[in-house]
Amino acid sequence: MSKLGIIINGIIKENPTFVLLLGMCPTLGTTSSAINGMSMGLATMAVLICSNFVISCVKGLIPDKVHIPCYIVIIAGFVTVVQLLIKAYAPAVDETLGLFIPLIVVNCIVLGRAESFAAKNGPLDSACDGIGIGLGFTLALTLLGLCRELLGAGTAFNQPVYPEQFGALTFVLAPGAFITLAYLSALFNKFIKK
Amino acid sequence: MEYIILIITAIFVNNIVLAQFLGICPFLGVSKKVDTAGWMGMAVLFVMLIATLVTYPIYYGILVPYNLKFMQTIVYILVIAALVQTVEIILKKTMPALYSALGVFLPLITTNCTILGVAINVINFEYNLGQSTVYAIATALGFTLAMVLFAGIREQTAITKTPKGMDGTPIALLTAGLLAMAFMGFSGVDKGLSAALGL
Repeated sequence: MSKLGIIINGIIKENPTFVLLLGMCPTLGTTSSAINGMSMGLATMAVLICSNFVISCVKGLIPDKVHIPCYIVIIAGFVTVVQLLIKAYAPAVDETLGLFIPLIVVNCIVLGRAESFAAKNGPLDSACDGIGIGLGFTLALTLLGLCRELLGAGTAFNQPVYPEQFGALTFVLAPGAFITLAYLSALFNKFIKK
Repeated sequence: MEYIILIITAIFVNNIVLAQFLGICPFLGVSKKVDTAGWMGMAVLFVMLIATLVTYPIYYGILVPYNLKFMQTIVYILVIAALVQTVEIILKKTMPALYSALGVFLPLITTNCTILGVAINVINFEYNLGQSTVYAIATALGFTLAMVLFAGIREQTAITKTPKGMDGTPIALLTAGLLAMAFMGFSGVDKGLSAALGL
């Protein structure tokens, strides 16, 4: 598979949110607006690219029996790096995402890709897989956030679209996350996943 | 009194699954039958309590005095992973009956974000050890409650005919959405209760 093919595969055929159904906690928890969803997606993507690349580089050195703890330490290292960078340069993002940034470490997407892709492929291909899956995740989160924001608050990327009082606040609150994701994945099932 | 409010808030008002969106994977994954869902909840209760009791002294005894707070994520995930392994081995040797009931769920729990989430939360909320213990137990009970309720509804939807695209996950998510809406009815109960008790 070419590098571009790997990236596209991650966005559509193996979309982490709609097809693989991985990493549901941040998907539901951080998508109260498009911007929040996008920042979460980008933070996860950064961890995914770095951890995929490094794991693929060191896979020959790690004994098979302890490979999962080793992967987790590598992932946790990058999560800490991303966490500190966000705290330093984007404190507002840190405030809104809060607990979900350290929780990237237990996001099944990251460990799942390390195990199923990075452990079997070269460093560059793994980095491309990280980009693809990361983009797929970011797009899904942005879309979900956009729908919720539009239906709930009448804005898109913080730009007003229609007056706020016509929005249904439920979509910004907890139940809206489940319901919006339910309909989006039903649509994805119907039109894209044959 | 303060503990009662803490318990009610953690179980109903800020339910870990339906309001905070933690532990969605087991919530969707192992909720097809009521008894499996209940056992999963018990396994989470067990591990969450131990994990909180172990990570709390590590944070205040090691990470804070040596100025290593930024290592929290790495240290916690390793401690929790090691802890789950140890619990699994001990249970297998000493309590085979309990092990056969909880065994399958234990490895799953390592990557369950509720455990790490609660361990980090008790630090963020600046709880003392007693409050942390109560919070961990109540959160796990809230998780069990949500799991069991959800599994009960799913047992019913499994025998109903759904539109083709909605089969499987979408209908489950929709059910969870309605359940979350029901739990929203509890919002404000904590504030009302603390006002009524004069706290």
